[in-house]
Amino acid sequence: MTIPEQPAPSDEVVPLLKVAGLVKHFPITKGLLRRQVGAVQAVDGLTFDVRPGETLGVVGESGCGKSTMGRLITRLLEPTAGTIEFEGKDITHLGVAGMRPIRRDVQMIFQDPYSSLNPRHTVGTIVGAPFKLQGITPEGGVKKEVQRLLGLVGLNPEHYNRYPHEFSGGQRQRIGIARALALKPKLVVADEPVSALDVSIQAQVVNLLDDLQDELGLTYVIIAHDLSVIRHVSDRIAVMYLGKVVELTDRTSLYATPMHPYTKALLSAVPVPDPGRRKRGAASGGSGGRILLKGDVPSPIAPPSGCRFHTRCWKATEVCRQQEPPLQALRTGHQVACHHPENAPA
Amino acid sequence: MFAYIVRRLFAVIVMLLVVTLVTFGIFFAIPKFTGTDPATLYVGKQADPATIEGIRQKLGLGDPILVQFWDFVHGIFAGRDYTGGGTSDHCPAPCFGYSFRTEQAIWPELMDRLPVTLSLAGGACVLWVLGGVATGVVSALKRGSLLDRTAMTAALSGVSLPIYFTGLVSLAIFHYWLNWTDGEYVDFADDPGGWFGGLILPWVTLAFLYAAMYARLTRATMLEILGEDYIRTARAKGLREPVVIGKHAMRSTMTPILTILGMDLGALVGGAILTESTFNLPGLGAAAVKAIGDRDLPLILGVTLITSAAVIIANLVVDLLYAVIDPRVRLS
Amino acid sequence: MTTASVPEDTPGPPATKSGAVGEPVGGDATTPTAYLDVRDLRIHFPTDDGLVKSVDGLSFRLEKGRTLGIVGESGSGKSVTSLGIMGLHTVGQYGRRKARISGEIWFNGKELMSADPDEVRRMRGREMAMIFQDPLSAMHPYFTVGAQIIEAYRVHHAVDKKTARKRAVELLDRVGIPQPDRRVDDYPHQFSGGMRQRAMIAMALVNNPELLIADEPTTALDVTVQAQILDLIRDLQQEFGSAVIIITHDLGVVAELADDILVMYGGRCVERGPAEQVFHAPQHPYTWGLLGSMPRIDREQTERLIPVKGSPPSLINVPSGCAFNPRCPYADVPKGGVTRTHRPELAPVAGEEGGRHHSACHLSQEERTRIWTEEIAPKL
Repeated sequence: MTIPEQPAPSDEVVPLLKVAGLVKHFPITKGLLRRQVGAVQAVDGLTFDVRPGETLGVVGESGCGKSTMGRLITRLLEPTAGTIEFEGKDITHLGVAGMRPIRRDVQMIFQDPYSSLNPRHTVGTIVGAPFKLQGITPEGGVKKEVQRLLGLVGLNPEHYNRYPHEFSGGQRQRIGIARALALKPKLVVADEPVSALDVSIQAQVVNLLDDLQDELGLTYVIIAHDLSVIRHVSDRIAVMYLGKVVELTDRTSLYATPMHPYTKALLSAVPVPDPGRRKRGAASGGSGGRILLKGDVPSPIAPPSGCRFHTRCWKATEVCRQQEPPLQALRTGHQVACHHPENAPA
Repeated sequence: MFAYIVRRLFAVIVMLLVVTLVTFGIFFAIPKFTGTDPATLYVGKQADPATIEGIRQKLGLGDPILVQFWDFVHGIFAGRDYTGGGTSDHCPAPCFGYSFRTEQAIWPELMDRLPVTLSLAGGACVLWVLGGVATGVVSALKRGSLLDRTAMTAALSGVSLPIYFTGLVSLAIFHYWLNWTDGEYVDFADDPGGWFGGLILPWVTLAFLYAAMYARLTRATMLEILGEDYIRTARAKGLREPVVIGKHAMRSTMTPILTILGMDLGALVGGAILTESTFNLPGLGAAAVKAIGDRDLPLILGVTLITSAAVIIANLVVDLLYAVIDPRVRLS
Repeated sequence: MTTASVPEDTPGPPATKSGAVGEPVGGDATTPTAYLDVRDLRIHFPTDDGLVKSVDGLSFRLEKGRTLGIVGESGSGKSVTSLGIMGLHTVGQYGRRKARISGEIWFNGKELMSADPDEVRRMRGREMAMIFQDPLSAMHPYFTVGAQIIEAYRVHHAVDKKTARKRAVELLDRVGIPQPDRRVDDYPHQFSGGMRQRAMIAMALVNNPELLIADEPTTALDVTVQAQILDLIRDLQQEFGSAVIIITHDLGVVAELADDILVMYGGRCVERGPAEQVFHAPQHPYTWGLLGSMPRIDREQTERLIPVKGSPPSLINVPSGCAFNPRCPYADVPKGGVTRTHRPELAPVAGEEGGRHHSACHLSQEERTRIWTEEIAPKL
């Protein structure tokens, strides 16, 4: 494994994961005959690449489809349409048997360290389970390898025989990470890996993910609602709103010059741990202050026409109501789906 | 909401038809395989072949099963004429056929027995709901106290002791020894006092069993509800504790109790077999026992159908009540 | 157990710890009693595993029109404190083992711990109200939003339903619910998360309380909705002039709203003071840890986060000295004869004007200032 480089010019690199036109609709049925009366359009046309060695952050509010996206690219869910390619191989509709070799390379870390570990199994069994499932015996035996993994994620290898309830929340998340790393995956998809943890513990896990990436040359897709965490961990960031990517660019551009109004509002809504800023903002008449969006995210069952953000957008015009803006690069490496982008090049 | 009720009613009818078909199939088809001839059952083993053949024709027992089924269902709605062996009988709707034993029509027999069972189930239900829920609530509120532990021990024994034990003991004490109660069932219309006197022991006996279950359920549910956030909110508003319990906690506690109540009542209408046998009440349960002993297929079929109808309708009523209680059900 | 030998650690009845043991209560005795004045509050819960000391000697005061932010991680005792002020640890316990509560809570000139429980009940909801974290579970699913607000109003006001309903609609309108006269008849599940929290706020404000306690009011909400709710709380406070306690684990939320900040760790206050001071010149290693652990959205951060090692303490076996000692990177710095089993008391930070900044740490103030300015601040 090579040490991950900063993302090179995009056309040079062969993407590790290539997603095109990905759609997932959950049907809603009604009545005796289970007639389909509609669909939750959880994910509605995603196109993006994940480059080897990078961390792609996916951020959005609840109901934006980011978790569904995570489950689609790890093929825990069957996509309704679109294609997913891993290392150039189309894995969109592979069956259980076909996915088995891919499962080694793509692993997932879940949000809730309490419910994602079987309470009746020892840590040794949990972390060693992937070997059993894949029918692999690691060099030196399963036990030795599991202990190595526990050490790798900062747990005491002696605790091999303990049960999940004997560990704190942060330690349980480490167990989940050790399990995900057992088969030396290439891609790790982490769905809200730190949101259930206390602040001080959160930082430990974020640093651990960071170290592991450097050490093992991992590629991450990290899904989170916390923009501060996403900013800290990601190389590139995709902002999702109601099943669509509205903006996709590298970290620096996103936070310095967000182009989509939603991204801008989202960033401005994050409370900043600086009590002075609020007073300074108030004194200067609120410019550079907070953009307060109206209302809530609309239902993904009947998303708004045209641009899905137009119902809450202060820049919305007639064209936004009627035409859906395509996701296109308005600057090098800065894709945005908006009719009236902010910070647009003149 | 209206569409929901219509849909549910439609489902009830379909379900009843299916139950009828299955029961009918079991009771009329199986004798064919085991070699027992229903016609023989009807007239007795000693009858001559000609009589048996006549009965077979009259009852249509020789017809294909689906034809028989159609005749049976048709008879329920339109009445039925039995012709064969030189005689013809008209059985008015709803016709469930004739008993093999008494040669009486099934439906009037069932209708005679239904009030007994309804009286028994209804009266006992009132007692056990009041007693069980009250005990459960008090137990929950006094958790860990002597009162709680006594009540829960009593409830445990209530659940574990069979009806024929508690029933016989109470009969021995209150009826035979103290002579406090009457032994016979009397129609309410004939003599309300006698009706009450005859039923009070079965009521109490049956209610004791159910009250025990309801007390345990109520206690567990109440304790769970008391831990809910909205109970804390109610207190934070400054509500008095009796209001918090009586209004906020009780409303949620009643939901699961109502569910169980509907199913229990439905099942009881099918006959509290043990209670009716123990206290010699001429209800549906007693009829079922007798019919099974006599291998009286039409009567078994009739009781089964009434029971299924009761359970299904009770469930429908519970579901509708659910919608009344829980707005989340009503509005989705 | 070595902890048993430490005199400070015995949680005896109030008699054993006279007023002298408690920390100096925000200034001297001559200052007039504050609107809310909590003195040496202890809330201990007996369990099968031992005594859980959720709050263990907490003192603070709050004036009307000001906002206090109580910050801490799970298990620090911040929520237990808020329920304690509301007097909710003593009602409806039903056979649960009684919480052991001691200390004084002076509210509007009355001492609540010794007051008649029914008097405290009448104050709940009217003079002090509370907003909870998860508005879906905090509202009764079987009653309409309106009915729940009306009920809250009618407990304390002898008015007919119609008047109360008008009041409910007015409040829903004030907190920004569109079409309040129609939504008043909706059930909580028909509201979105943000709307529910607004309704919850309307319910809390229906009696114009003078003290509003918000326990993690935005934790369950999305960030754009959180911004709306924080804005609303700030507006309402200015409008009603009430005292607000906001309890949260999110330093950003506190920075948005609070005038003063109280940092809790292991059931005790480790640092408190004006928000600017606590954020810009923090005087406790735990506060440094919180600030260092937190990824910042407002700064390009290339450095690694500085986490606090280890996990929060068990509240059953709280370390006998400073509760933070086992996780403190500066535990080994010599502190002039002070031992590990010695518990640091809150002491004023010298040089801070107003004397409201306090910290409980054995490190000398020079040492703390040096560590903050030289070792911590540059890395943030």
